[in-house]
Amino acid sequence: MPVVGTGLAREWRRRSVQARLVIWLGWLVGVAIFAWCWREMSGKTIWMFVLDGPEQAADLLERMVPPRWSYMDSLWRPLWDTMNIATLGTLMALIIAVPVAFCAASNTTPSRLLVRPLALFVIVSSRSINSLIWALMLVAIIGPGVFAGVIAIGLRSVGFCAKLLYEAIEEIDESQVEAVTATGAGRVQVLDYAIVPQIMPALAGIAVFRWDINIRESTVLGLVGAGGIGIQLDASIANLAWTQVSMILLAILATVLVSEWVSAKVRHAMI
Amino acid sequence: MLVSDPGLLVLEGLTKRYRTGDLALKGVSLTVPRGQVMALIGPSGAGKSTLIRCVNRLVEPTGGSVRLDGVDITGLGAGALRRARRRMGMIFQEYALVERLTVMENVLSGRLGYVSFWRSFLRRFPQSDVTEAFRLLERVGLDHMVDKRADELSGGQRQRVGIARALIQNPQLLLVDEPTASLDPKTSRQIMRLVKELCVERGLAAIINIHDVLLAQMFAERVVGLRLGEVVYDGTPDGLTGDVLTEIYGEEDWSATIRPVDEEGDAQGQAEADIEVGEHPHHRRSGPTRDEDVVSGL
Repeated sequence: MPVVGTGLAREWRRRSVQARLVIWLGWLVGVAIFAWCWREMSGKTIWMFVLDGPEQAADLLERMVPPRWSYMDSLWRPLWDTMNIATLGTLMALIIAVPVAFCAASNTTPSRLLVRPLALFVIVSSRSINSLIWALMLVAIIGPGVFAGVIAIGLRSVGFCAKLLYEAIEEIDESQVEAVTATGAGRVQVLDYAIVPQIMPALAGIAVFRWDINIRESTVLGLVGAGGIGIQLDASIANLAWTQVSMILLAILATVLVSEWVSAKVRHAMI
Repeated sequence: MLVSDPGLLVLEGLTKRYRTGDLALKGVSLTVPRGQVMALIGPSGAGKSTLIRCVNRLVEPTGGSVRLDGVDITGLGAGALRRARRRMGMIFQEYALVERLTVMENVLSGRLGYVSFWRSFLRRFPQSDVTEAFRLLERVGLDHMVDKRADELSGGQRQRVGIARALIQNPQLLLVDEPTASLDPKTSRQIMRLVKELCVERGLAAIINIHDVLLAQMFAERVVGLRLGEVVYDGTPDGLTGDVLTEIYGEEDWSATIRPVDEEGDAQGQAEADIEVGEHPHHRRSGPTRDEDVVSGL
C-alpha cells in the first residue's frame, strides 16, 4: 500500500494515506480531550490558594530547618521496625509467589482451565489493592503493630513478584526443558533441572527489587498504625513539629539510599 | 508379527498432524536394526525433527506406531514412557544444555530417569553414576571442565557435553537432531566422528538428522531422504546421485555435493549389511587424510 505509482517513478512512503488520516485524527481527539480537561480543572481550582503556594512552601521549609538532630535517638527503633516489615514482608511474598507463579505460567501450570485462571486471579487481586489499604484492613482485623505491616506488605507483594516471575518462566528456553524431558526425567525433576536454573537470576532480581520498593512502602504504613517510622511521622505532623518531620524524612532518605545500594550489589552478584 | 528380530526401532505408518493442520509426517514406515547409524536428510520442513521427536514422544504422533525393542512407545502411560525414554539418548542442534548448571550436573541430568527426585534434588547421585560421568567426560575429552558452567564452553565442547549426557543414559538408540548445524566445518567433522565411534563402541543405533549431505555420506551406513513428510530415498550413502538429491531437495546442480563413487568400493548391498563399520580404511570417506582434504577444500 505505501508504494505509489509504477515503474521507476514508484514512490515509497512509510504509511498509507488512510493510516496517516487515522493517526492525525487520533492526535486531534487527544488534544481536544486535553484542552477540555484543562478547562474543567482550572474552573474547579481555587486559584487564591495556588498562587499562595510558593510562599507557603517557603514558610514550611523555613520551619523545617534545621532538622532536630537529637530526635534521631528515638528514630532508630522505628527505622529497624521499618526494615523488618519490608524484609519479612518480602520473604512472605516470595514464599507464596513462587508456587503461584508456576501455576500461572502457561508452560508449567498443572491445568490451564482451572488452576491458571485461579492463580492469575490471586495475582490481580493482590496487585489491585495498595499496601496502605491492606494495612488499614489488617489493623482493623489483627490490631495495630508491626505484624499487620508485615502481612500488608507481603500480601501486596505477592502479585508483583508472582507476575514478574511467571513472565520469566514463560520466557525460558524450551529446548533445555525438552532435553531434560528426553532423558526420562519426571515432571518435578524437569522443573528442578531445566526450569529453576533458568529463572534464578530473574527470581533474585525480583526479590531485591521488591525489597527495595517495600522499604519505601513500609515507611508510610505507620500512618495507619501498622508499625514502622510512619507512626513518628504521623505524630510529628499532627503536632506541627516540623523540625522532627524533616529529621524523619532525612532518615528515610538515608535508608532508601542504603537499600538501593544493597539491591544493586545483590543484583550484580546474582547474574 | 512374530519375526525373530524385527529391528531395534520399527516405525509403522507414523503420522503427525499439527494442530495448525500441517501434515508433517505422512505415514512413515522405517526399520532401524540394532547398531545401525542412519542419517536422515531432507530440506527444512521435511519433518526430520518431527520424526525423531515422535520416537521419544516429545512430539505426540497422531497416527501409526513406534516400537522400540518390541515395546509400542505410542501406547505407553506417563511412567512407562519415562522408562522408555531412558533407553533413547537425544542430542540437539543448539546443544540444549542447561546453561546455568555445571558440566557435571548437565551430564548427570542424563541419569534423572534412574534416580529418585530427592537424590536428584540434593545432587546426591549414586557413586557409580558419578564414576561413569567422569569416564564419559574423559572419553569426550572434557575431564578438565567438570566444574565449569555450561555457558562458559565453546560450541564443540557443549556438544560433547550433550553427547556425554545422552550416553550416560545407557541408551540403545541415539536420536540426534542436527548435531553440527551450529558448528564450524572442522568441529562438525570431529563431533560426527565422535558420535559414530561411540555408536560403534557401544553397539548403538542412531538416527542422525543432518543438513550436510557430505557429512551424512561420510559417517552414516544408511541414508534416508525425507521430503514433505514422506520417505523418498532409503539406501546406501553411495546411492545419493544427483537425481536422488533432486528428488529429495528439488532441482539444483549437485555435482559439487556428490562424493565421487570409487569403483572398487561398495556395491549397494555391502554397506547395508556392513553394520559394524569398524574397518575405516576400506571406506575412503572416513579416512583422516580425506577429511583434511575436504576441510581445506571448504
